[in-house]
Amino acid sequence: MRLASCLLGTTVAIALLSGPAFAAEELTGTLKKIKESGTVTLGHRDASIPFSYLATDPRQPIGYSHDLQLKVVEALKQKLGMPDLKVRYNLVTSQTRIPLVQNGTVDLECGSTTNNLERQKQVAFSVGIFEVGTRLLTKKTSGVKDFADLAGKNVVTTAGTTSERLLKAMNADKQMGMNIISAKDHGESFLMLESGRAVAFMMDDVLLYGEMVKARKPDDWTVVGTPQSFEIYGCMLRKDDPAFKQVVDEAITATYKSGEINAIYDKWFLQPVPPKGLNLNFPMSEQIKKLIAEPTDKSAEEM
Amino acid sequence: MNYNWDWGVFFKSTGIGDEIYLDWFLAGLGWTIALALSAWIIALLLGSLLGVLRTVPNRWASGIATTYVEIFRNVPLLVQLFLWYFLVPDLLPEPLELWFKQDLNPATSAYLSVVVCLGLFTAARVCEQVRTGIQALPKGQAAAARAMGFTLPQIYRYVLLPQAFRIIIPPLTSEFLNIFKNSAVASLIGLMELLAQTKQTAEFSANLFEAFTLATLIYFVLNMSLMLFMRGVEKKVAVPGLMSVGGK
Repeated sequence: MRLASCLLGTTVAIALLSGPAFAAEELTGTLKKIKESGTVTLGHRDASIPFSYLATDPRQPIGYSHDLQLKVVEALKQKLGMPDLKVRYNLVTSQTRIPLVQNGTVDLECGSTTNNLERQKQVAFSVGIFEVGTRLLTKKTSGVKDFADLAGKNVVTTAGTTSERLLKAMNADKQMGMNIISAKDHGESFLMLESGRAVAFMMDDVLLYGEMVKARKPDDWTVVGTPQSFEIYGCMLRKDDPAFKQVVDEAITATYKSGEINAIYDKWFLQPVPPKGLNLNFPMSEQIKKLIAEPTDKSAEEM
Repeated sequence: MNYNWDWGVFFKSTGIGDEIYLDWFLAGLGWTIALALSAWIIALLLGSLLGVLRTVPNRWASGIATTYVEIFRNVPLLVQLFLWYFLVPDLLPEPLELWFKQDLNPATSAYLSVVVCLGLFTAARVCEQVRTGIQALPKGQAAAARAMGFTLPQIYRYVLLPQAFRIIIPPLTSEFLNIFKNSAVASLIGLMELLAQTKQTAEFSANLFEAFTLATLIYFVLNMSLMLFMRGVEKKVAVPGLMSVGGK
């Protein structure tokens, strides 16, 4: 009697313990964390227009990258069988985004983060979600047509960006004698340009269009110059978590395959966007079309 | 935590010319020291003047000094910096404005704005300490000096200030250290001082923790050395038996 109940108990215990393993693959890493906590934490930006930013509701980010991020949340709900998966938002800045992903505060960051080799040492990237070229914003009357015209002039760029690196390297290699100003964010870079401290502002083309439409007189400005580099934006997640990365990549790729991406792109780059109802008028470049046709998680420098 | 430590990062190439990241930190330290020392000269001179004004028996003089202190102490440093850097140049006559914005090297114009801003901000704090130092002295001292026929400037020059400055060396030291730490606001207008170089290294190399650890160490060592130096100054100028100075 006692032996029987003991055997029965053991059997039940074994069945309970090993049950889930038979039912589905064992969850690990971020997926396990999300399943257990019932919450996924999304990293977002406050002013990366129109990728990820706060417009009307201070708790609800919006934007192109955010829409793709929500596609991933949908996929997570299905994959984990959790229709009421809760979403928690965590604001990140360009300085905090990498450590917050690494230390587990943020599970997935989608904003305007360039996928590059240095960052790949710290975090993993999803398939690319956007591609930009680094160009120049200048006054139509400034006479600046390309990078060569900048010799001996004041040029502004935003601190911590690839443009800053490229501009400084160009200045050193070609001995152009530029004075390079590193402003703290894109808004301040544009202020330096608008107030006449710099003749040109080097940055990702899409962000330059964004600054241009925000200007007091958008018609005074123009984007010029041969792109000095192409950069692929991606969503950031923790390294060495292939199961979670697969869910993220598949969700984004499915959005590309189904053509839904065209509507999302149209909404953020070819239509007026909140908060001011400005239209970026930034048609899909050849690079972006290629990225959507052949999704890749490689950085532009690896291609 | 899933972090890829690399302490060798400081000796790696930045990809710009043949610089390594350590060169950036040294250049940044140079700017930090230059900023803090220049601003400190303004702060000490103006602050002492204002501190004296706050204690002289003249309502207008002390009113001006009090207003100054209230304005500069109650507006956040960062707001003041943005005013000096973005607004004040626009108020200059046009040739001067264009010269400041376009002919001057951007690093120089940023440097000037920060030095003026930090200097004037810290002057308000130095002023309060000088005033306290003067007021901490027994009233009888000024009265005795007056009775002996000293003029007001002489009373300050020979009786009050030499004692007051000795008393306030410890709080002045902490203002002196503060000015080094506050100089980090310069990073927000694009001057590549220590904090700006740290952030740049963190962004370029993606080795954020190493960069900020080194910056912390540099600030710490710098401020510890300054503190020891000021302690030496305090001992050196101490007058045995005078008030609380030296305490012996």
